[in-house]
Amino acid sequence: MVDKGLVDPATLDAVVETYEHRVGPRNGAQVVARAWTDPEYRAWLMKDATSAIASLGYTGRQGEHMIAVENSPAVHNMVVCTLCSCYPWSVLGLPPTWYKSAPYRSRAVSDPRGVLSEFGVSLEEKVEVRVWDSTAELRYLVIPEQPAGTLGWDAEQLAALVTRDSMIGVAKVSAPA
Amino acid sequence: MNGGQDLGGVQGFGPVVPEPGEPLFHAEWEKGAFALTLALGFLGRWNIDMSRFYRENRSPAEYYTSSYYTLWFKALEKLVVDRGLVTEEERRTGKPAGACDTSLTPPGPQRARELLALGTSAAVNETIPPKFSVGQRVRVKNLHPAGHTRMPRYCRGRTGTVEIDHGVYVFPDTHAMGEGKHPQHCYNVRFTAGELWGRPGPDTVRIDLWDDYLEPA
Repeated sequence: MVDKGLVDPATLDAVVETYEHRVGPRNGAQVVARAWTDPEYRAWLMKDATSAIASLGYTGRQGEHMIAVENSPAVHNMVVCTLCSCYPWSVLGLPPTWYKSAPYRSRAVSDPRGVLSEFGVSLEEKVEVRVWDSTAELRYLVIPEQPAGTLGWDAEQLAALVTRDSMIGVAKVSAPA
Repeated sequence: MNGGQDLGGVQGFGPVVPEPGEPLFHAEWEKGAFALTLALGFLGRWNIDMSRFYRENRSPAEYYTSSYYTLWFKALEKLVVDRGLVTEEERRTGKPAGACDTSLTPPGPQRARELLALGTSAAVNETIPPKFSVGQRVRVKNLHPAGHTRMPRYCRGRTGTVEIDHGVYVFPDTHAMGEGKHPQHCYNVRFTAGELWGRPGPDTVRIDLWDDYLEPA
């Protein structure tokens, strides 16, 4: 492809470098921390996630149409793509292998509580597990619950607590012991 | 197509096994398959729906025994020939028989970074009336297209409630097959776990579905 003039080899390096060093789950963690500390931002994020996320500089491929879904004591959100491996690259980077694997894609929709238990998450029966199957070009970002004992922390301290898995919806965020 | 990719509800794959400290790529060739797919995609000879169809359009046995980036690479090998970037002979030998089409302008690294940050919108800026409204009960049609579709088997024939009208989007079933964008409304539809899996309780599954997949319930 290079000999044919269809690809500039420096472009290949730039693509890899973008996802190795620039676009990854720290982006999403900044969005979550901002939502936890700024009620106006949170309201905007829930209404128009694409614009609210773009305002922090996170745009682009596989994040063109964003929707934020928030966890609460009554609802736990979890994201999957049963048909391929759609994932919000602009805020989480490239997906981990388990997210692309048959066990996750097959069972996230039919047995979400079983999958969650494999990640060490156990929810009360009355909590609604709300699974988002990303079948279109909309990409879903889970806003986890802010852990107890972190009220008053600034966005930078909070962002350090937010994990990739919590923004997919297979983990909760915990405060340091 | 009712292929190996349509995994929702399939049983027997065992537990989910996360890999602690997983690297972004597991081998150098994976970086190449990934970057080459994106870089050649910039030339605009195919769209994302075609790419997905090329990855899934194979026997389930092959789909399940090919790694993620192997599927990407197998799809790309076929796309570059079918969409006229190289000849079959060139693909096989790896040697160019002539220069590439001069109308093609492969982006350099800076332009590639800009394109990645811009993305490609699948929304269509046309006023098309929606067939359904938020709160309406809808049933997913019992369709089994042989081509690409984004209507998972596990929701076909099932009844749900329109939760969100996302607006007008490209229709993947035609777009993937080179039959045009066929723009129409795409909705998020809520299904209860009872309706889908016969399981009581509060759990729900939310699926994005287009006008052509749905009928009033």
